[in-house]
Amino acid sequence: MTRYFTDEHEWIDVDGSSATVGITDYAQSQLGDIVFVDTPDGGKKLSKGGDAAVVESVKAASDVYAPVSGTVIEGNPALAEDPALVNSDPEGEGWFFKITLEDPSELDGLMDAAAYQAFVASL
Amino acid sequence: MSDTNEIEESTMDAPLALPLDAWHRARGARMVAFAGYVMPIQYDGIMAEHLWTRESAGLFDVSHMGQLILSGDGVDAAIETLVPGDIAGLAEGKQRYSLLLAEDGGILDDLMVTRAPMGLYVVVNGAVKWDDIAHLREHLPDEITISHLEGRALLALQGPKAVDALKRIVPRVDTLFFMEAGSFFWGLEPLWISRSGYTGEDGFEISIPAERVAEFADLLCAQPEVKPIGLGARDSLRLEAGLPLYGHDLDPATDPIEGDLSFAISNRRRTEGGFPGSDRILKALANGAARKRVGLSVEGKMPVREGALLYAGADVVGEVTSGGFAPTVNAPIAMGFVAAAHSMPGTALEAEVRGKRVPVTITTLPFVPHHYHRKGAAQ
Repeated sequence: MTRYFTDEHEWIDVDGSSATVGITDYAQSQLGDIVFVDTPDGGKKLSKGGDAAVVESVKAASDVYAPVSGTVIEGNPALAEDPALVNSDPEGEGWFFKITLEDPSELDGLMDAAAYQAFVASL
Repeated sequence: MSDTNEIEESTMDAPLALPLDAWHRARGARMVAFAGYVMPIQYDGIMAEHLWTRESAGLFDVSHMGQLILSGDGVDAAIETLVPGDIAGLAEGKQRYSLLLAEDGGILDDLMVTRAPMGLYVVVNGAVKWDDIAHLREHLPDEITISHLEGRALLALQGPKAVDALKRIVPRVDTLFFMEAGSFFWGLEPLWISRSGYTGEDGFEISIPAERVAEFADLLCAQPEVKPIGLGARDSLRLEAGLPLYGHDLDPATDPIEGDLSFAISNRRRTEGGFPGSDRILKALANGAARKRVGLSVEGKMPVREGALLYAGADVVGEVTSGGFAPTVNAPIAMGFVAAAHSMPGTALEAEVRGKRVPVTITTLPFVPHHYHRKGAAQ
């Protein structure tokens, strides 16, 4: 399994033709207390860079974009009951959705962990 | 990922630093641009800061607000031509919430007016303070002096334990009741302190020379009851308290009756009139306004925020002007304007959020009861 990162602070774990997407620890720390996550339903088509989910902190709603194009397998059902999972375990239990990749070559432009760390350090 | 509904906003290109800028940063605050200044939005997290203020005491830097002294012969009568409050009847050391009104009765700002020894001490919102000063200068006669106290910082200490913490540093401050103010000594330094605030809790607002505010803030935060609190929690606290935020819930297109602020039209002024828009406002006071500011309780967990339209069936009947997650209520809440026919508490409506309908119910304000230290009330 390989993890990639976007400059919009999403992570994507790729396993064959499917992948899991969430927001990074840096992103959750910037947002603060997460009170609601609007995840996409299974079957929804997403295009790379388009709106995929919405994450709401106490103060604001933020869009989460699709790091790749594809079809949603499922949104994370655990976030409906406990949106704070995004704060406590953003890069694990706090994942947002699973997706079937449409075009694996879209992963080429994404960052690896080291590149993302350097990117965050530059902010 | 990107913010679509930030509360931060800037009215100037380069936001200015306030006297406690370095102090906030040293305490780990995240700084944002707000009302033309760089201000702390949070330290530990909005939820924790909000709950801390409700149960203990929170220190807020509100130095972006404008502190003015209006003085000169006939100042009471002069200011009463611009606001609907009974200013002439304000005894020394008493404070009153009032409204700066445009000629048509629309709200230019909400403000606090206090009778101080040197004149009327007026606190106005930071985002519109320059407009307020220009409006006052234009409409007040030349013999009225407007002093803008730019050399003073303003702190708010809010919460049930604020009085315990503050009286250790400023003796006798506990003798004040809600909406009273006076001069109190911190050592040899006179501070102008009122028992008021914008969280719904008991608390104080403290005007202090800018060069001493960091020392004073350090001393307050050394008290076990006190933690610094950012703008984020200030917003969620005032929303729960049902208090409108100028520029969001109130604006020049809204009159005081629509804004559910008829309490700010003092009795004498209702009889005498003579304030901007008094014909329209007194008529609305008698007959009701066409639309009204209301509280909205929200079903489920999804926040309903500013700009969301409110529906009764297929018809748009209003709009949300403030909304978010309420930490003390532990649910989303909102405030907005609805047509009078739909403004009765208990009325079921729907808000539209990202194309989805969310059930909401008109609710009496506040969402969380006020805990003011009122004179004559059972303590």
